[in-house]
Amino acid sequence: MSKLDSKIPKGPLADKWTKHKNEINLVNPANKRNIDVIMVGTGLAGGSAAATLAELGYNVKTFCYQDSPRRAHSIAAQGGINAAKNYQGDGDSNYRLFYDTIKGGDYRSREANVYRLAEVSANIIDQCVAQGVPFAREYGGYLDNRSFGGVLVSRTFYAKGQTGQQLLLGAYSAMNRQINRGKITPYNRHEMLDLVIVDGKARGIIARDMVTGKLERHSAHAVVIASGGYGNVFFLSTNAMGSNVTASWKIHKRGAYFANPCYTQIHPTCIPVSGDHQSKLTLMSESLRNDGRIWVPKKKEDAEAIRNGKKKPNDLSADERDYYLERRYPSYGNLVPRDVASRAAKERCDAGFGVNKTGQAVYLDFASAIQRYGKEQAAIHGNHNPSAEEIKKLGTQVIENKYGNLFQMYEKIVDENPYETPMMIYPAVHYTMGGVWVDYNLESTIPGCYVTGEANFSDHGANRLGASALMQGLADGYFVLPYTIGDYLSKDIKTGKIPTDSKEFDEAENNVRQLLEKLVNNNGKHSVDYFHKKLGHIMWDKCGMARNAEDLKSAMSEIKALREEFWKDVKIPGTMYEMNAELEKATRVADFLELGELFAKDALHRNESCGGHFREEYQTEEGEALRDDENFMYVAAWEYTGDPGNSILHKEELEYENIEVKSRSYK
Amino acid sequence: MKLTLKIWRQKDSKAKGEFKTYPLEGVEGDMSFLEMLDVLNEGLINKGEEPVVFDHDCREGICGTCSLQINGEPHGPDRLITTCQLHMRMFNDGDTIVIEPFRAKAFPVIKDLVVDRSSFDRIQQAGGFISVNTSGNTIDANAIPVNKHDADESFNSATCIGCGACVAACKNASAMLFTSAKVSQFALLPQGRIEATERVLNMVAQMDKEGFGNCSNTGACEIECPKGISLENIARMNREYLKASIKG
Repeated sequence: MSKLDSKIPKGPLADKWTKHKNEINLVNPANKRNIDVIMVGTGLAGGSAAATLAELGYNVKTFCYQDSPRRAHSIAAQGGINAAKNYQGDGDSNYRLFYDTIKGGDYRSREANVYRLAEVSANIIDQCVAQGVPFAREYGGYLDNRSFGGVLVSRTFYAKGQTGQQLLLGAYSAMNRQINRGKITPYNRHEMLDLVIVDGKARGIIARDMVTGKLERHSAHAVVIASGGYGNVFFLSTNAMGSNVTASWKIHKRGAYFANPCYTQIHPTCIPVSGDHQSKLTLMSESLRNDGRIWVPKKKEDAEAIRNGKKKPNDLSADERDYYLERRYPSYGNLVPRDVASRAAKERCDAGFGVNKTGQAVYLDFASAIQRYGKEQAAIHGNHNPSAEEIKKLGTQVIENKYGNLFQMYEKIVDENPYETPMMIYPAVHYTMGGVWVDYNLESTIPGCYVTGEANFSDHGANRLGASALMQGLADGYFVLPYTIGDYLSKDIKTGKIPTDSKEFDEAENNVRQLLEKLVNNNGKHSVDYFHKKLGHIMWDKCGMARNAEDLKSAMSEIKALREEFWKDVKIPGTMYEMNAELEKATRVADFLELGELFAKDALHRNESCGGHFREEYQTEEGEALRDDENFMYVAAWEYTGDPGNSILHKEELEYENIEVKSRSYK
Repeated sequence: MKLTLKIWRQKDSKAKGEFKTYPLEGVEGDMSFLEMLDVLNEGLINKGEEPVVFDHDCREGICGTCSLQINGEPHGPDRLITTCQLHMRMFNDGDTIVIEPFRAKAFPVIKDLVVDRSSFDRIQQAGGFISVNTSGNTIDANAIPVNKHDADESFNSATCIGCGACVAACKNASAMLFTSAKVSQFALLPQGRIEATERVLNMVAQMDKEGFGNCSNTGACEIECPKGISLENIARMNREYLKASIKG
């Protein structure tokens, strides 16, 4: 029998969450003192949940591989956070945020979860302002908003191009308050390497102290995984170097189903790849599409001339440029959702219109915005007859004020001034919508093991809208998990401390020790990166922006073969009981090599195109994604069997009671 | 490019470290400094030697994990960037580059180029927060208007990434710039004023306890700070501290 009970509360959509909160069990404050919770990951989802659970009175232990919780990769989120505040009075509402998110996700997410997300979104902003998060403000002192892709309102709150940093530092400060009170014990530079299950319930973890190499046993009444996404399976992505799937994959191997692994977001605006030495890709925030116009040359000769340096982008007049998003999608223009924008860029580059030496880039141009803002500023300053120079100067100031840090980052990497010449951008792996399957309570198929933030699959369907990841992370952590986990913990008030000298802890620790010993004693020929890069190439070439059955089949067998080669031939210098960066990488890449195969299998089984999952066999005549609602309107949740290629599929059918399922159009 | 790297190697916190010299060829201008170290490490692993351990994570200048004293300067010769954003085009063929960990009593070396910066976390834990519950029962965000100038200034202070370059740049290994950035962020906001007195006293006390040195106004921290955190923050913290001490 399938364990997939989504536990969606009965009743009208807008009442479900309130009703659920009223009906679930609570834990008396005195009893909370006797209950321990383990939090793996301290980004927005983990940090916010850790702080809130500690404040409620639970004893929380946090684990992160970084040297401080403040460094989790949520910090790199740039553009903003959505909330249905309707401060701009432009017709926003909980329903509209809900609708946009379901549609943006190409009708592959759960209605009840998404509505709850929209419902708590406004509160996130209140909370963060109270914590001292310095959001951008207008001259009147009120909060400012900007627009993001796939929506027709301005609901994105931001702090320049560093919104993730400011929100994470807010959650970190809330954690610090609880650390100071002794309610959170932080274990930094620690990596979770297995989950311990006792009597069918998640009761602890095995973690490695990354400074001494010592294995540690930690017990708790519940374990929360908030360890982020798995984009680094592609080797090159916008994720941090350390971002990994290991915590999620270890619980998957212990019985948690893994949902929709093939739903990956390839972000349209990243700095293009420059060479083989490259270790990661850098995002240029989607917020830039508020003001930047995307184009390639209209004529192939011009594209070629630009590629071999004979022409510069500014040599081309407006009518020699193809603003292909504005052409193809007049109503959303440059602000179409990410999956649509990425595919359109790939289409133009594949057709021979790409720029950069490699032909794998398009332009993001701010010249019109500089003109527009320059004239506006001149008028505000009473200058009604400004010179071209004055306009440019004033306009550049506005752009610098809005996106200064992004422009600086671009200039340092590419060595070109984006105020003078258009930016070059190309799509790159950025976010994973798939993840561990969870029910409405964010509980996985292992009782007592909860999963929040990017690590779970729950809210974004097949494509995430911009500025929604921060919203989901904080919604899960501040406002959802603290309620739902209480219901589960209410049954544990008499359990007492979970001992760590049980056979279950012995088994898990031995399991980890054997894995690490095997790696350090392997003495093969190639470094971990050698295998990781090879895996990345297979993933990008065959499971990337466009997929087909034949490629996916060969990806599965190639990844399997690479995994076997890895275990035979990987070489880890040094020992287990010391700081060993290669050993850390090896344990992560070992898990990516399993996930990669399941990823391809999931993509192969889904015979339709939806959101970020584009199958070449399933497209309209105009090249748009073609869904198959009759056969694929479900969540694919995979059960581990020991061999990723033979995972068992479980289906959670998606029901749309409040939204009419339509084909997704941004024209 | 062909380079000579002089890199600090130290087995663990107790071992005595030393410089080792590594020649490196095939370095390209488009590589970041850390990608250059990746190339070095790949070569060392293939030769059966232990790779150089260094801290890094986001590689886009925001997480604050990477460090390194490069030719005597935290984050190297370029301005307003972290080591991960430093590109090899800043160097010339034939250069010798000296690479050390950040040096400070409060940042003990863990291994090679990795230092322990948990003292920074403890300064934050002493008061770097506003005591508001996170359960969401707060007032509407727009019920607390904040003057745009103050909000922008507060944001500028809040962009500190906690990398420790300010400490590494200072001859006294002072953490005044780091601590004052957080004190300033909250001092500039109405939400933060309520606990201002306690905050500045507790954070400064913790800073002293961790063994950071005093500030003698050389301004080296501001010059080396990858986020351009201004010395005005230190001046503001001194005012806050004085006010708090009188109120005491």
